[in-house]
Amino acid sequence: MAIRILVGVKRAIDYAVKIQVKSDKTGVVTEGVKHSMNPFDEIAVEEAIRLKEKKVAQEVIAISCGPPQCQETLRTALALGADRAIHVEVAGKDYEMLQPLAISKLIAAVAKKENVDLVLLGKLAIDDDSNQTGQMVAGLLSWPQAVFASKVDIKDKKAEVMREIDGGSETIRVKLPAVITADLRLNQPRFANLPSIQKAKKKPMAKMSPKDLGVDIKPHQEYLSYEEPPKRQGGGRVASVDELISKLKEKGLI
Amino acid sequence: MYSRQILSRLTTSTIRSRCFASTLVLAEQIEGGKLAPVTLNTLTAAAQLKQDIDCVIFGTEKTNETANELKKFTNCNIKKILLAENAGFKGLLSESVTPILLDIQKKNNYTHILGGSSTFAKGVLPRLAALLDVQPISDITAVIDKSQYSRFIYAGNAILKLKSNDPVQIITVRGTAFEAAKQGGGSGEAQIEKVNSTPNNDLSEFVSRQVQQSERPELASARIIFSGGRALKSKENFKLLYDLADLFPGQATVGASRAAVDAGYCANDLQIGQTGKIVAPDLYVAIGISGAIQHIAGMKDSKVIVAINKDADSPIFAIADYGLTGDLFKVLPELTEKLKKK
Repeated sequence: MAIRILVGVKRAIDYAVKIQVKSDKTGVVTEGVKHSMNPFDEIAVEEAIRLKEKKVAQEVIAISCGPPQCQETLRTALALGADRAIHVEVAGKDYEMLQPLAISKLIAAVAKKENVDLVLLGKLAIDDDSNQTGQMVAGLLSWPQAVFASKVDIKDKKAEVMREIDGGSETIRVKLPAVITADLRLNQPRFANLPSIQKAKKKPMAKMSPKDLGVDIKPHQEYLSYEEPPKRQGGGRVASVDELISKLKEKGLI
Repeated sequence: MYSRQILSRLTTSTIRSRCFASTLVLAEQIEGGKLAPVTLNTLTAAAQLKQDIDCVIFGTEKTNETANELKKFTNCNIKKILLAENAGFKGLLSESVTPILLDIQKKNNYTHILGGSSTFAKGVLPRLAALLDVQPISDITAVIDKSQYSRFIYAGNAILKLKSNDPVQIITVRGTAFEAAKQGGGSGEAQIEKVNSTPNNDLSEFVSRQVQQSERPELASARIIFSGGRALKSKENFKLLYDLADLFPGQATVGASRAAVDAGYCANDLQIGQTGKIVAPDLYVAIGISGAIQHIAGMKDSKVIVAINKDADSPIFAIADYGLTGDLFKVLPELTEKLKKK
């Protein structure tokens, strides 16, 4: 039994970049800003590749929904070891307003079309911080979900998944086909080396549109404004432990 | 003519009752049948919608006890508490809970469904939203009106105000952004009603749960947090933080940065940050934490922040109300001794 995996990757502003809100409040500055693969998706890709190396998976398909630049993100997934890629192209204003529900419908449609046994996604994207897509894909497909996974073990058409929960962790067993979302502790992603980056250029990448997949991507929400969070008036210093204690006492904190 | 009038009045009243806006709160049960603290923050957010509130509690047992606790919040306009109790809800798996929740929604047509930002609600509510074809709203920090909300994006570095055009708004509430509801203060008497709920789930099963035991308060409800980073250098040295926390029994606990968790100095459920817990205690003491964006996202709403770090240029000092530059291995023992004598 070897399964087929669809792994979702999102192109997002690099996690180390301090983002800037546009002065007209219409968004966040993205032009000329370093982008990379969403860190949780790197973990999802790594897990898919490991499952292939363990011969649990026979094929790993990477998918990304977004503008043409997403192809770079998909090439990265291919360099890491995915077999082929699917780019669902959504550009311009449509992409700016592309919401997790629409993305879930696109991923669910491709999962059905490609007849996969497992959809692996990151638990959230570090730009919109929604933490919804995996759960919605599972809902749309009526598949079980194992979200916030920190350990995955697949045998006999079942996945045993340890997941991070409030106050500890738990283990559940889900029947395949299923959706799993990766938490940070699932694994340590590898780096792509030069030969595999070269090789990735020759791997197949299919392009599709939401229309091809019969998915309506109309936004359900309007984004009214983007604002800077209130700045903290920090920067105060104390010279000694005694001064610190007396300040905290003054404030009634201790 | 007369009868037509009655008829039309009847029709109007039926329509009115059907269109009457109301809110469903996914109330959470924790160990021993207690009400999860995050439910109280969620009730505050729900009350801001100014509609009647129904609550639903899922559990394998003692949902009645949880409901009795919830009933004490008489000022929250809770009309009904629905109990979905069944041994089949073991582990509260999304595949068991979501179909029942969907039935409840179909019967009652709530305009708003809210849950706290817990791992349980984050698992269930988006799944429910997909089945209702609505775009959920995660981790709101403010209710502007019945369809507009604020939420943080980019790890708390920007605030997005959005308007939902969905007929049912499915929302998770960031606990630290809303005060906990207070008991009493009203005359409302919530009715308790059992929901006929037999989960029918052959997709998933619960295997086991590993809970971290601690005498100290939960991170989310602690008044004081002593939080350690990589500079603590070892698991053993984390004891320095526990010694400090234990000087404030029932009020203080210990947290950690991701670097400390990754280095294996403490359990991962202590992690504070974008990928861990979001906290907002009265006093947050960051010890040997440099202040990466990812960590700051989890604690920047603390009332007072103290930073203790040997590197005077650490970014944490820019947001700290009181920064002390020094070696934590000298500062912490001194702090512990002096606090003992206070």
